[in-house]
Amino acid sequence: MSGHVFHPGHSELHGITVVLESAEGLYIGRYHEETPQGVLLHDVAEHRESEGRSDFVRKTLKFGVRAQHPHVVIPSADVRRVTRLVDWQE
Amino acid sequence: MPYDPRIVQPMREELTRLGVRELRTVAEVDSALGDSRGTMLVFVNSVCGCAAGTARPGLSLALQHAAKPQQITTVFAGQDLEATARARQYFSDYAPSSPSIALFRDGEVVHFVHRHMIEGRSPQQIAKDLTDAFDRYCATVEKL
Repeated sequence: MSGHVFHPGHSELHGITVVLESAEGLYIGRYHEETPQGVLLHDVAEHRESEGRSDFVRKTLKFGVRAQHPHVVIPSADVRRVTRLVDWQE
Repeated sequence: MPYDPRIVQPMREELTRLGVRELRTVAEVDSALGDSRGTMLVFVNSVCGCAAGTARPGLSLALQHAAKPQQITTVFAGQDLEATARARQYFSDYAPSSPSIALFRDGEVVHFVHRHMIEGRSPQQIAKDLTDAFDRYCATVEKL
């Protein structure tokens, strides 16, 4: 068992709030697992183009994840980067 | 849907045995948080093993520090639903997450530890975050 993940068999990121950058956009949510359909996130905030990406991530770091979607699945082929929210850098 | 109370009871007791006061009703929350004088910590407890399993020991370590809030309270997310919802109204600028920790001074939130700041961290790291805040915000407040 790695780190503090208490659910054996899951990714090391399981249960961790991540920033997922894809070909389509940027999402912040709790990483669950990678399925054949893609990466499954829970309680997800989605970046809107009306706001800069850095501002969106910084605001989320300070005030928390304002979830707009209970679940999002991003196709694995579209995923460019997955970073812990607390470690994210542009 | 709340978990079986028998499963949750040890998670409550992990805090109450430290002297942390449980707020289980809206009235108890309003009574505690409505008094804005001094410093108060609110620990939003959770059954989540990944994060709460380190947050509770982190708080335990932090409470051994010399400087600490005058009042230490807790609500249990997913269990005491109305009390938790009411408590969150007092720190509504911050998105709800559990576990999480709010530190108040004279009615204002001066430090907030989100779930994402707890995930994957050790109890010692969480305690350091808290004791740094205690030194900054609680050391100079006289006892009421």
